[in-house]
Amino acid sequence: MKTFFTVYRKEVLDYFRDRRTLLSSLLIGPLFGPVLFAFVINLSIERSIGDASATLELPVIGAERADNLMRYLKSRRIDAVDGPPDLDAAMAAVESGEHDVVLRIPPDFAERLADGVPARVEVISDLANSAGERETRRVRNALRAYSGELATMRLTARGVSPQVMQPITVDEVDVSTPSGRSALLLGMLSYFFVFSLLMGGMNLAIDSTAGERERGSLEPLVSLPVNRETLMLGKIAATSSYMLLALSLSLLAFLVALGFMPLESVGMTPNFGPGTVLFALFLFLPFSLLGSAMMTLVASFTKSYKEAQSWVSMLLLAPTFPILIVSVLTLRPQFVFMFVPSLSQHLLLVDRIKNEPIDPLHVAVSFVTTLLLGIFLTGICARLYRREGLLG
Amino acid sequence: MIKVDDLHKSFGDVKAVRGVSFDAPDGKITGLLGPNGAGKSTTLRVLYTVIQPDSGSASIDGHDVVSESLAARKRIGALPHGAGLYPQLTARENIAYYAKLCNLPGNEIDDRVASIVDLLEIGDFVDRRTKGFSQGQRTKVALARALVHDPGNVILDEPTNGLDVMATRSLRELILKLKESGRCVLFSSHIMQEVAALCDDIVIIAAGQVAIEDTADGIRERTGCDDLEDAFVHAIQRVGATE
Repeated sequence: MKTFFTVYRKEVLDYFRDRRTLLSSLLIGPLFGPVLFAFVINLSIERSIGDASATLELPVIGAERADNLMRYLKSRRIDAVDGPPDLDAAMAAVESGEHDVVLRIPPDFAERLADGVPARVEVISDLANSAGERETRRVRNALRAYSGELATMRLTARGVSPQVMQPITVDEVDVSTPSGRSALLLGMLSYFFVFSLLMGGMNLAIDSTAGERERGSLEPLVSLPVNRETLMLGKIAATSSYMLLALSLSLLAFLVALGFMPLESVGMTPNFGPGTVLFALFLFLPFSLLGSAMMTLVASFTKSYKEAQSWVSMLLLAPTFPILIVSVLTLRPQFVFMFVPSLSQHLLLVDRIKNEPIDPLHVAVSFVTTLLLGIFLTGICARLYRREGLLG
Repeated sequence: MIKVDDLHKSFGDVKAVRGVSFDAPDGKITGLLGPNGAGKSTTLRVLYTVIQPDSGSASIDGHDVVSESLAARKRIGALPHGAGLYPQLTARENIAYYAKLCNLPGNEIDDRVASIVDLLEIGDFVDRRTKGFSQGQRTKVALARALVHDPGNVILDEPTNGLDVMATRSLRELILKLKESGRCVLFSSHIMQEVAALCDDIVIIAAGQVAIEDTADGIRERTGCDDLEDAFVHAIQRVGATE
């Protein structure tokens, strides 16, 4: 036990002294996430609020053929401006990105309208261009509404109730809570946490194994009269501690950052208070052991610091796979997912943020399976120092 | 007291050590001499229990390095080839870390570190971080670290590599001090003059085998060469001829 704490204290102190590495793993990792997140959310909120009220300038070909329509569009804050001379020019302009959407009124528009046969208008847009999608949708909605109004007027003129046209009305009842809506955006939060947790211990996991060997300090260390397994346990414990520290910093940074995001203005109220921070810390406690054992194991097998870095960096992505698979297949949370580390933490944390009830059994299963897997990998790491191949 | 009996060790197809036997008694300096790749380091690594022999045995003060490796390690101070320090810790912290790992009582650690610092005369830089130390400074700190638990047997793998004349001289004096205190000192080198100047017994190793084991005078006599370097070449060629 004394040996364990000696190694633990030395590794913690050694890493703490290495300020540059410490900064990169404890500040950049945990703080990068919240800052990026705040930036993206603020930007998208500003855009969605700004867009609906802004006047859209719509290039129109042949605007003089449909005065009424133009007046109608103007009332919906879509101003017609002079567009390209003809259809070909319009298509070229949309393709090159000069315009997001162009409206063309064909020459026979007024005539067909007067005759009561469907009058055509053309909306030229690039469906692959997601930046123009919002404008295109606005134009299309306005045209549909105009068409609806004309239809209603025609039916009324013929003495038919416009209700004939509407056999069914659809009322949508949205049961999502404001917290639930925020979960869509905040669902990716859990990955930020896993990422900063792993970042926090990555360099130490490498330094205390591959780094120690490269430096030539491993051989004298294992030739001391100490139990070699204990050396490994002390190193893993130190790595886990830095991972938890990085996670705490990341959680606190988010707690502060969320206060500066105008989430309520878009109807989102994530349940992310000090309680959730403690809940997340508890959830990820066994994950820090698993993460450090996993990184230490991989780093132990590599021959050099550089090789260890490239392999261990790949481990940063590993926890995303279960999350990705489940979200791509849009599987609903189930009990069996609680046996999968990283996925179980993700689902439980998202539920908590959505303010949905959490089954204590799920939390227990997540905690215990992750912990057992962590202990198992730690055991393998400890046995590794018995292998002489590891020292060469 | 170190005993090595018919040691064999291969790495894949490479037979690094093929039947090395010798004794290194207490109170004497035993030199392991041989060209590069002769199997000196492999033999020493078996002794400080980092690798295990394929066959044969070795013991430290009667404790087998495989079956009683922890007991054997208690009795050795090892300076592996190119031993590294922790650059973020001061030299004193590096030494104290090993003292703590060797389970020295907490109240004795400071005294023990202080006395080893005096012995190796490293007081000038002991409180600086070891990042940027010269090779000589690093070797001395690594040696201090290896000696902190006061082992009866000291194993040094090419300790003078990369040292300048002054550093080599002071290391030589230190090795003599260790001998005078009754320790068993075993060190390897490929430099003839160094071994001749320092060692009581010389074990010449070539191609994984012991070519000759004797005092410097004994080796000169048995090979019929006055010059130790000629004797060295002669002994090595003899091993080559028997292959």
